[in-house]
Amino acid sequence: MKRPLVTIDANEAASYIAHHVNEVIAIYPITPASPMGEWTDAWSMAGKKNIWGTVPDVIELQSEGGAAGAVHGALQTGALSTTFTASQGLLLMMPNLYKIAGELSPAVIHVSARTVASHALSIFGDHSDVMAMRMTGMAMLCSNSVQEAMDMAMISHAATLESRVPFIHFFDGFRTSHEVQKIEQLTLGDMEEMIDYDHVIAHRNRALTPDKPVIRGTAQNPDVFFQARESSNTYYNNCPGIVQKTMDRFAKLTGRSYNLFDYHGPEDAERVIVLMGSGAETVHETVDRMNADGERVGVVKVRLYRPFDVAAFVKALPQSVRSLGVLDRTKEPGSAGDPLYQDVITALQENRVEGYRKFDVEPKVVAGRYGLSSKEFTPAMVRAVYDEIGRDKPKNHFTIGIKDDVTQTSIEWKNGSGNGRSVAKSGTADKKQGKQKLFEGLFYGLGADGTVSANKNSIKIIGENTDYHAQGYFVYDSKKSGAMTVSHLRFGPDPIRSAYLIQEADFIACHQYRFVERMDMLRNARHGATFLINTQYGPDELWENLPDKVQQQIIDKNIRVFAIDGYQVAKDSGMGNRINTVMQVCFFAISDILPQDEAIAAIKDAIKKTYGQKGEAILKSNYAAVDNAVEHMFELDVPGKVTSTRKMLPPIIGENTPEFVDNVISEIIAGNGDDLPVSAFPQDGTFPVGTACYEKRNIAQEIPILEPDICIQCGKCAMVCPHSCIRMKAYDEDLLADAPPEFKSMKAKGREWPDNTMVSVQVSPDDCTGCELCVEVCPAKDKKQVGRKAINMDKIEPHLETERKNWDFFASLPEFDRTQLKTATVKGSQFLQPLFEFSGACSGCGETPYVKLVTQLYGDRMLIANATGCSSIYGGNLPTTPYTTNAEGLGPAWSNSLFEDNAEFGLGFRLTVDKQTEQAQRLLREVNGSVPDKLKDALLNADQSDEPGVFEQRKRVAELKSVLQDAGGENAKDKSVRQLYSLADFLVRKSVWAFGGDGWAYDIGYGGLDHVLSSGRDINLLVLDTEVYSNTGGQRSKATPLGSVAKFAAAGKETAKKDLGLLAVSGGSAYVARIAMGANDTQTIRAIMEAEAYPGPSVIIAYSHCIAHGYNMKYGLDQQQKAVDSAYWPLFRFNPALQAEGKNPFMLDSKPPKIAFKDYAYNEMRYLMLSKSHPEAAARFMEQAQKDVNERWRQYEEMKNVYEPKKEEE
Amino acid sequence: MNLETNYLGLKLKSPLVPSASPLSSDLGKVKRMEDAGASAIVMYSLFEEQITKENRAMDHFMNVSAESYAEALSYFPEPEQYHNLEAEDYLEHIRKIKETVDIPVIGSLNGISEGGWMSYAKKMEDAGADALELNIYYVAADPDMTSDKVEQMYIDDLKAVKENVSIPVSIKLGPYFSAFANMAKRLEAAGADGLVLFNRFYQPDIDLETKEVAPSLELSNSFEKRLPLRWIAMLRPHIKASLAATTGIHSAEDVIKMLMVGADVTMMTSALLREGCDKLYNITEEMKIWMNENEYASVEELKGCMSSASVADATTFERANYIRILQSYKMDSLG
Repeated sequence: MKRPLVTIDANEAASYIAHHVNEVIAIYPITPASPMGEWTDAWSMAGKKNIWGTVPDVIELQSEGGAAGAVHGALQTGALSTTFTASQGLLLMMPNLYKIAGELSPAVIHVSARTVASHALSIFGDHSDVMAMRMTGMAMLCSNSVQEAMDMAMISHAATLESRVPFIHFFDGFRTSHEVQKIEQLTLGDMEEMIDYDHVIAHRNRALTPDKPVIRGTAQNPDVFFQARESSNTYYNNCPGIVQKTMDRFAKLTGRSYNLFDYHGPEDAERVIVLMGSGAETVHETVDRMNADGERVGVVKVRLYRPFDVAAFVKALPQSVRSLGVLDRTKEPGSAGDPLYQDVITALQENRVEGYRKFDVEPKVVAGRYGLSSKEFTPAMVRAVYDEIGRDKPKNHFTIGIKDDVTQTSIEWKNGSGNGRSVAKSGTADKKQGKQKLFEGLFYGLGADGTVSANKNSIKIIGENTDYHAQGYFVYDSKKSGAMTVSHLRFGPDPIRSAYLIQEADFIACHQYRFVERMDMLRNARHGATFLINTQYGPDELWENLPDKVQQQIIDKNIRVFAIDGYQVAKDSGMGNRINTVMQVCFFAISDILPQDEAIAAIKDAIKKTYGQKGEAILKSNYAAVDNAVEHMFELDVPGKVTSTRKMLPPIIGENTPEFVDNVISEIIAGNGDDLPVSAFPQDGTFPVGTACYEKRNIAQEIPILEPDICIQCGKCAMVCPHSCIRMKAYDEDLLADAPPEFKSMKAKGREWPDNTMVSVQVSPDDCTGCELCVEVCPAKDKKQVGRKAINMDKIEPHLETERKNWDFFASLPEFDRTQLKTATVKGSQFLQPLFEFSGACSGCGETPYVKLVTQLYGDRMLIANATGCSSIYGGNLPTTPYTTNAEGLGPAWSNSLFEDNAEFGLGFRLTVDKQTEQAQRLLREVNGSVPDKLKDALLNADQSDEPGVFEQRKRVAELKSVLQDAGGENAKDKSVRQLYSLADFLVRKSVWAFGGDGWAYDIGYGGLDHVLSSGRDINLLVLDTEVYSNTGGQRSKATPLGSVAKFAAAGKETAKKDLGLLAVSGGSAYVARIAMGANDTQTIRAIMEAEAYPGPSVIIAYSHCIAHGYNMKYGLDQQQKAVDSAYWPLFRFNPALQAEGKNPFMLDSKPPKIAFKDYAYNEMRYLMLSKSHPEAAARFMEQAQKDVNERWRQYEEMKNVYEPKKEEE
Repeated sequence: MNLETNYLGLKLKSPLVPSASPLSSDLGKVKRMEDAGASAIVMYSLFEEQITKENRAMDHFMNVSAESYAEALSYFPEPEQYHNLEAEDYLEHIRKIKETVDIPVIGSLNGISEGGWMSYAKKMEDAGADALELNIYYVAADPDMTSDKVEQMYIDDLKAVKENVSIPVSIKLGPYFSAFANMAKRLEAAGADGLVLFNRFYQPDIDLETKEVAPSLELSNSFEKRLPLRWIAMLRPHIKASLAATTGIHSAEDVIKMLMVGADVTMMTSALLREGCDKLYNITEEMKIWMNENEYASVEELKGCMSSASVADATTFERANYIRILQSYKMDSLG
């Protein structure tokens, strides 16, 4: 039977099988496995049936632990069930995996293997998660490529049913999970053929049912547990045989043959590498090249890793093997060797006893480690490994791919270019000599410009219209605003096994002109390559506007240069600023992969498929873009010599930058992180704060420009700026003496200021992302021209130099004495220095203004526990860190533990602070003579409830420390002096916070949050409520509102948003507030200050607009206002402290509904799109939502009455 | 008492027609309007611009942040199927109304581009509309747009639609033409089966507190009928096509006055929004009483009895009227 060829990634390939052979699918998003859940959910939503004719039930749980529990339950009751996960998510499933395996329940869990967070989180791929599962009793089957992800998914599902041993089927996160390849898709017939229905029946017959009840999950005692545990041995003994038999059946069906261990190489190979995962494909490719050059090397690909079949392994090796290099993509610190290595050693030892195989000589085994967190693993590295294991005395437990200059584990590999990504030369030669060669293309795009979508589309076009094999891999940015994407596309007549980035490209496209100054794109250009650039410069101007280095590379490598003003063409074609179609057409026009006419016809066909159902107008603009593209592209006449005066931009900007920033951070920013040696890094994951300010990204097209004559100094613009780019400062007039001529300053408004106080509102032009929130919020309008505000957006170019100078001067001005500011007001708070700045959050982010505000108020004495999610990514994703310090070096201490435990993690902070403060106070009381009594008393009885109080205490602590220093300080003989010296800083009040999103607070971390709220401890939880899992791409949480569309709620969420606020209030002992900065900024500040002041736990639920809501973020604050005006988001504060004073603790801070819920909701795509996909449901939900809002509002009004203090009876 | 009238070649049981408004989006209300005496129903307008804009917005916001960040390659589920991207709901609604009521249904199309008009006009005809009302809502704010070009655009749009449908087509206009009578004649020549006078343009207000332009829609009042009243009176002798009076029709008296100056039908919305669909019944009854008292046996008899051709001094509808009022105002204020 002819099977369809499809161009998909491994997540889709694996979930395609999973969806067809399961009945119950429990999901929870985690990178990079989220798309598997998303696919199955989407398919079930669309009514796609499994091979038994039923639509699998897909349900999202509140955590991976929950998902595993649901799978376990479904299996026990006889359903076929699966789930998808990665990393810490898999670890959360672990307890259930022991049970699922112990009960011999057939199931497959599909894992996009991802690094487990240790010294740092990483979303990228290695085997540390799956290797941690070795003890569970799950069988483990590995896929090395996209095709295998489909094949092994099939084989594992078939084998588990027969063997009863449950499987973890895994492949490398991102490298394989997100790699797009043209593969052969199995048919429903294939699946029916592979799955033996008798085994399904047998599984059902084992189910728990009241019709023939049995009991499972008993507790056993020392007398029987051991024997019972051993009783499953037969199943594990039989499992490898069943897998091999299943593979053989599969081979018969499809022609693709697999073995438990697949050897590739000549029969007489002496050096063999053993490994699993995508790296095995790179080794396979290199083996072919090396053997063609006359070497004798081979590779063993481990497919079934557990149960490990010793006999099958040794039989797979060639008899001639002399040295084995065993490569692990994980690290087991402190072990005798990493896991696969230990298994190989064990296998060979057993072979010596059992005699499965006689080798010519006893092979020596060398352990190596590679590819942690998707570190590149290239043919050059593979060669280095073969070289190493061929030596008489190879380095054992080596690492490859890094430079370890500390413990010297690394082995060297030959670099072609400086980046360590040089391709094996012979391979290149092969390609050049061959009739048809491999085509390799690199595309640099901006996140929002559609480059990646267009490239995915191109792969499909080439895949479907030619016999070529096709591969696409996409590298994304760690920033969410102004992000750069790099697409790596390969096409060729042979299967593509290159599981590494493109090293030498035939085609390089730069879809954003300004990248040409930032990225050394042409370093990867092959001689004679083609370079396509999207630029506003015409044929006469382009050459002069390329940096000198780029000009040199173009000349040296004989590169042909094509250009187009993609933005103009897109605009003229009615495409707005989406240049994807335009650039795609240019690519086809000059790449010669397809004849131009054929390519254009295929693009139009693809456009029709993609946009055909999105309306006539969109279709027409896309067609227009296609037709206009070729017409407007031109080839640059390349002059023979370098003439440009333009230079590439340095990665960091700033004078006197710290050494670590110069040597490490700037290299990471420059894309040279791969070259940094081990010694460059801190051993425990500790990084300096305050480095985001050096990365001047300059991504805004327009920036806000101040009109001082209109400005009323209200501070609103500074307050809402998500990136802390607009700031307000007050200072003495005398300081203006050195100001740049165009520096804007105003006489301070208000009576609170000393004479001669000036105020400036200044934007940092290089850090602004151009979101426009500041302009939208500005209330000050020009009396003569009300469209003109105190700040207005304007093109950045004419202002850049001036504003840079102004910003530098502004930054050099001292901060105003914070003890003299009215920090409880919007205006007063905005004269405080933000200690969170220039993060990589999305442009217009709704979360960061709250984070920034808290750091302004308490940053100099705060500790932050941060749940994994958006706020931990923009808060702590390398290379740079936005949390920073003030002039005294004080600033927030920040850490991220996990997703699920953040409230508890923060509670831990508080426990330490309380304990250490108590110790410090005790020691202070006890410490002998040296500390004056007056100082002691003052320190012990200090009122630190406000800024001046804290300031005074800090002075006293400094005095204390100086006294203690005189008494010996940390070297004092007196133990109590020494102890007190080390704990003295705890006498200054600390502010403990836990930040996180709704995924944390409402779902996975709710248990902990609930517990902390009833702990009585003084900790402040800030819930940045975007109403979806924003960081993983908008999946529903329990904060998702009724009737809105989210992933896993494609037909609209059918239940109302959980009212976390009221739940917290019901506990009675926590301070609770619901806030929305855009609706009431004063209430926001008040709530934050009350929460901080409250001596017990506090939770603040903050409305955070988000790109996952689907509208222009510049209207974020406006939407917040509407949310409150409609009473969908009632503002309130609940302060138990007031109850003690005989006052009503429940304060309703917003008014009854002024507008209909739909007048708020239908400004957002998340609501509106339901009316375009499920109009009847949309109408029904909207009606229900309005009822809910009314009812909720009634409840809130009632709450006021409930908490009204009872009058004493007369 | 014969209330029948002829409009766009359709025989209607009375001259009371609810104009294009959200009322027609509710099937129950349509039925109630029919029961209360509506003789035809003009559908709420299908805004070509809005269809295009919404589709584009949806495409934009679904994709704007996609494929740029490794953990979130998209932020929305892609619907398996889109609904109503090309106004299928509207067309379906026409079908449903046709099934529910016996009175004629007039589709209403609001847009300015030539292409859009044609495809939607045809779709409405296919869905069962008995006639079409083109609502050309164009504010000539562009200083480079000449009156010639504006007029030609109206003519071209109308012709394009007429060529594509075989049902009668009326055109709803604003009053702002330099030579309205001539424009009316040209439209008739271009094939208009009827003119609907006049469109009420959106007139924004200013919010003094926020100093922002405040879009608000005020319902009409009876006084506003004076403009269509005057123009229908003046046009009636020159135009053979149907004339519909709209804006400011709130009572039986308003209806009667309009008929007297020459309208074939009167259209209303504000009165129905304010007082409910049953208002149609009351108006009909009051009309009958008035006609009885004034000895008019039929609407046909009433129609045009006070058009400019029928009154003693035709100039009362023209400039003199204006001058006289101004002068009296002047004298009053001086006096």
